[in-house]
Amino acid sequence: MVGTSAEWIFNVSGIEERRFAAESETVADMAVAAAQDCLSSAGIRATDLGLLLVASGSSERRFPGPAASVARQLNLDTVPAIDLPLASAGSLFGMALGASLAGAHGAVLVAASEKMSSVVLKPPMNSTTAVLFGDGAGACLISPDAGLATILDSTLHTDGSFSDDLKLELDGPLEMNGRTVILQASRKIPRAIGSLLEKCGRAPADVACFLMHQANQNLIDRVAGALDVAADKFYSNIRRYGNTSSASMLIAAAEWQKQAGFERGKPVVFATFGAGFHWGALLAEGC
Amino acid sequence: MTRQAQITEIIRTVSKKNTAPDPEESLFDSGLLDSFALPDVLSALEKAFSIKIPDSDLNPRKFDSISRIESYIESRL
Repeated sequence: MVGTSAEWIFNVSGIEERRFAAESETVADMAVAAAQDCLSSAGIRATDLGLLLVASGSSERRFPGPAASVARQLNLDTVPAIDLPLASAGSLFGMALGASLAGAHGAVLVAASEKMSSVVLKPPMNSTTAVLFGDGAGACLISPDAGLATILDSTLHTDGSFSDDLKLELDGPLEMNGRTVILQASRKIPRAIGSLLEKCGRAPADVACFLMHQANQNLIDRVAGALDVAADKFYSNIRRYGNTSSASMLIAAAEWQKQAGFERGKPVVFATFGAGFHWGALLAEGC
Repeated sequence: MTRQAQITEIIRTVSKKNTAPDPEESLFDSGLLDSFALPDVLSALEKAFSIKIPDSDLNPRKFDSISRIESYIESRL
């Protein structure tokens, strides 16, 4: 479809399949589906939420962003709903902000939703970039009450000097200098994780699972190597979904929770890197 | 061993290709390096020349050829 072979795509990215939303489906629609799934798993009603954060780098319009539509579809009345237009890194920034704000607002729903097909399949299409991205949404609940895990700490960073190396101008194609992105990410992600773990008195070997933005399998393996942990400690589903930008980490987390999940006292690290560059890590521990 | 020879040896080791690239040849266009090999090259350069490459210098264009790498290293020594 996009002029590259399946073997080449797999070798450079680890991707075999991707999911595309229906043409009529919006970023908000997918976020609502993920939010409802999350609320159902947590056993709470949408009306119990005190704050909604919605991350997306592929929303359909400048304003209002998808957060308002998601809030309306969840019947949140006048609960504040905030957009985080941070591609790739938005879910982690949302979790960290949610952890800080839950004490004041109550339960915070963090949703991340991306319709990357509407971006990368639009002419003029760059085939080497288009093959990497898929559509999807994920969500998590940050509550001041006890849950599956406790967020111990997080570290967030931004370096705007590379903002032209990964960008999506209004009505423009997605532009990515892949070499710079990989070079920066392969250094910044392990450093963020390492410093966070050290600050919290943990070592990479102590971590039960790393839930990282699913950008590229080769990058995930490289980060594992830099931290000197086995690659299989990094949960990966990029083979089936491709890079779903900000949604990827929460989709991976939801799948991992169903397959293995938090265990009492076992640390789990979340990590992302995206356009901006924005990046960071968050440490949680099973309750 | 000259500085250029040291750089060439690092490129050969990381790329696992026993070739002798022209100093001006693009290491990416020639297929010797890709996005994922470059971080290994930079780590090896830091170790070999006892330098620290700051994140602000992590621009692939600075390391696109042996002569560019040599110029960069000279600027850091």
